[in-house]
Amino acid sequence: MPSDTLDAPAVPAAAPPGADAAVPRIVPRRRPGRWAAAVLVLVLAALAVTSVVRNPAFQWGVVADYFLTDAVLRGLGLTLWLTAVVMVLGFAVGTLLAVLRLSGNPVLRGVAWGYVWLFRSMPILVQLLFWFNIGALYPVVLGVRTVDLLGPVTVAVIGLTLHEAAYAAEVVRGGILSVDKGQLEAAQSLGLGAWRRLRRIVLPQAMRSIVPPAGNMLIGTLKGTSIVSVIAVQDLLYSVQLVYHRTYQVIPLLLVATIWYVVVTSVLGVGQHYVERHYARGTAGAR
Amino acid sequence: MSAMVEVRSVHKSFGPLGVLKGVDLQVRTGEVAVVLGPSGSGKSTLLRTINHLEKVDSGWISVNGALIGYRRSGDRLHELRERDILKQRTRIGFVFQNFHLFPHLTVLENITEAPVSALRRPKAEAVRTAERLLDRVGLADRAGAYPKQLSGGQQQRVAIARALALEPELLLFDEPTSALDPELVGEVLDVIRDVADQGTTMIVVTHEIGFAREVADTVVFMDGGRIVEQGPPGEVLDRPRHERTRAFLAKVL
Repeated sequence: MPSDTLDAPAVPAAAPPGADAAVPRIVPRRRPGRWAAAVLVLVLAALAVTSVVRNPAFQWGVVADYFLTDAVLRGLGLTLWLTAVVMVLGFAVGTLLAVLRLSGNPVLRGVAWGYVWLFRSMPILVQLLFWFNIGALYPVVLGVRTVDLLGPVTVAVIGLTLHEAAYAAEVVRGGILSVDKGQLEAAQSLGLGAWRRLRRIVLPQAMRSIVPPAGNMLIGTLKGTSIVSVIAVQDLLYSVQLVYHRTYQVIPLLLVATIWYVVVTSVLGVGQHYVERHYARGTAGAR
Repeated sequence: MSAMVEVRSVHKSFGPLGVLKGVDLQVRTGEVAVVLGPSGSGKSTLLRTINHLEKVDSGWISVNGALIGYRRSGDRLHELRERDILKQRTRIGFVFQNFHLFPHLTVLENITEAPVSALRRPKAEAVRTAERLLDRVGLADRAGAYPKQLSGGQQQRVAIARALALEPELLLFDEPTSALDPELVGEVLDVIRDVADQGTTMIVVTHEIGFAREVADTVVFMDGGRIVEQGPPGEVLDRPRHERTRAFLAKVL
């Protein structure tokens, strides 16, 4: 019989003293440093919270008073609407650009590349002001005065969408490139048409790489829409600004807007988790 | 003799690298041709040109009398429209070394996808066919599983069922067992043998000499982008005429 089996030490003298032939118990290492760091951080956090809550200058009462007022809720509604419209249109245009960018036609590839290059290079603020003043370049379009055609909200949608599409194009292109080339060959060998290959085989698999950065973009867009306040679109930020220009309660009203942004962002984060889970089906992690 | 597959002086290069240097091959209806050869000999490329996954640089290929990927007018070959090439591919089944099942679709959806979207078969009919094929490859109980939940051998059997669902007149196998753990090779070869017994014309690129001996009507040996010799397995495998064939067989047997 071999003497080097796992459960019986080969040489009895090698067993730890006092173990009495029983299996020795494993004792984890003590980590006093961890405990000290945790306590320190908790104390600092508690001090920060207390100072915020007890400092009367934050005017939490005013925050509560305005949190659910009609003006604020209308602003929130416009921010959510703008975010949704810009995301949907931006990703629709972005997907089209990504497909053009990957097409066999060098002219289409070049145009898509040029679009992304241009709109990623221009600051969104500059773009919004540019579209806002487009009437100076084209005073009349199709017999209608441009300023009548393009109100502030329309300008906001156009500017943000063009900007968003440039980034969405890169996100979608990255997602498409992440799909194994063999998937496309398998689809071709089965006789699936180009549109079907894209919609049924490639895009659903690309979504796994698209959703996380798209979630980032969604949250970025939600907060980024606040930039439309410069062209007097009454979004969440501009609505509270209108109030504090009247009442001078700047800090509490900015807190109202901030808390709403945090609430919506948190809800979107939960939603992203479920969307990611949906597109992970069929992968090892989702058995 | 009716030729199901006819390959005529096919050349193909990838950049400066010549991969096929004048290949001629005929495969009769109902015949099983097994292609052997060292890696880099052009076997897989040859197979991929037969369903136009690779375009040839010169020469031509026909399957059941129809030129693949081209239309002839006078002394010119015009490349077909994508739609017509896809139609030709639905009559040629292709089984890949790495299966290439669609990971986000269930086993059943993998099999019904092409009949429904490429051949416009009614969904219910496609599902019935898929269930029958799954039964045939011994996976009737895994219809609802995702590919990643199956072993490599099971995935390859699903891939074969997926190819069969289009009722192809020709089946191409590109090293169907090379990506499998050794203990899973047998179950896949059993399925391929079963399909061969039904009389389907097929070309199989493989390293399984035993399988070639048992199932092949013709063994084709390729080296350096050319067909070195071909004939019944008893001849090519036991009494090879060419030195290169002998050298290859000495290494793999």
